[in-house]
Amino acid sequence: MDILKKSFKKSIWVFHLSAAACNNCDIEVLELLTPRYDIERFGMKLVGSPRHADALLVCGAISAHAKPRLLEVYRQTPKPCLVVLFGSCGCSSGIFRDSYSIVGPVDKILKEEDPDVKIVYIPGCPPKPEAMIEGIVMGLGAL
Amino acid sequence: MKLVIYYLIYPGFVFASIIGLLSTWFDRKLSARIQWRQGPPWYQSFADIGKLLYKEVIIPKEANRSGFIVAPLFGLAAVTLAVTILGVGMINPTAGFIGDIIVVWYLFAIPAISLIYIGSTSGNPLSSVGVSREIKLLLSYDLPMVILIVMVASKVGGFTIGSITEWQRINGSLIGHWYGVIGFIIAIFCIQAKLGRVPFDLAEAETELGSGILMEMSGAVLAAYVLSQAIALFGLSYFLIILFWGGVSGGIGILWAILKYLLIMVFLILLKNTNPRLRIDQAMKFFWGWMTGGAILAGILAYLGV
Ligand code: SF4
Repeated sequence: MDILKKSFKKSIWVFHLSAAACNNCDIEVLELLTPRYDIERFGMKLVGSPRHADALLVCGAISAHAKPRLLEVYRQTPKPCLVVLFGSCGCSSGIFRDSYSIVGPVDKILKEEDPDVKIVYIPGCPPKPEAMIEGIVMGLGAL
Repeated sequence: MKLVIYYLIYPGFVFASIIGLLSTWFDRKLSARIQWRQGPPWYQSFADIGKLLYKEVIIPKEANRSGFIVAPLFGLAAVTLAVTILGVGMINPTAGFIGDIIVVWYLFAIPAISLIYIGSTSGNPLSSVGVSREIKLLLSYDLPMVILIVMVASKVGGFTIGSITEWQRINGSLIGHWYGVIGFIIAIFCIQAKLGRVPFDLAEAETELGSGILMEMSGAVLAAYVLSQAIALFGLSYFLIILFWGGVSGGIGILWAILKYLLIMVFLILLKNTNPRLRIDQAMKFFWGWMTGGAILAGILAYLGV
């Protein structure tokens, strides 16, 4: 089983979930696929279905409208899975914190659903690609 | 006993999956280099399989539970059997039975059929769009390919793998003639469609349907599918070598076979990286129009002997 666990770290498939982000973080994610940063070096790739995902990349503060969707996608992802909170909005709701439509930071919502969810925080507005790579790699190391 | 070893180890499951997974790595690496990227390390495909086995399997509520798990294994067993028949035909040319070349081609169709089953049982709307496309694609590339197989078989005067390779060993490979070249090019397109790779990845259509027909597969179910796809990549290229390029012989012939195999892989990869996805009506027109016409032309040329 050890080798399977090791291979998990070498092959992370990422599902990108944009939940009420300002769209800047979403654009920044695509940078990871460009020749300069090429995350396929680490075996990571973007997939189109949460069923294939090993990591959920959540951008944005969660609005009341997006909350049920976030939980639905989290439930649909096969475990073990990593949740990467991306950008200041994902980590702490950022500048949208006191808005009437925001229902709180993502980690609080997810912990209510599943107390031992594994979360990686990558702050920044938006984070630099180097920071994203470092964050995901450190998160895998801590797994 | 011997048959079990043939099926499970060489040239069956273990051998074919190692070569197949290395080939999918080669595919990803070369695609990355074409796009000026670094690409994944050599063990990437093995890590993917290991990772998928480690994960949880989720079965959709609407799905038929046992069918959802058994169908991909069925596909995997079928491609392994196809590769074994091809391999044994090389080791011992007299071991074949009449019509084995047709049997092999239709064994390679079983993964697509099991995929259609999974897609339609999973109850996902995007999967069902993928299913309808997969069925149409299956119907369209089959026609030119079967015409080509019949052409080759009537040219060499026998429907077995042994007789095809034997004829080519004596008379030179078919690709040395015009009809062979035309047939080879058409067969490359058919294989690309059969493997569901770009530009014929309509059933998956990652940017359009999410993952389409694969949408609900997870964990070990997906691993079985990925593995059968890798084995099919190896098996179909090998099938092409046997059909048009003189097969594989011992000694220095092995090196030649590896070169031929790599060349076919490069064709497939270049086709993948230089073309956008077709619509389903375009794909059907392409196969039933140009490709079938080309296959009939190749048949006529073969009859005339040029
Ligand atoms: S962290 Fe900044 S860039 Fe990212 S979604 Fe929030 S406001 Fe936009």
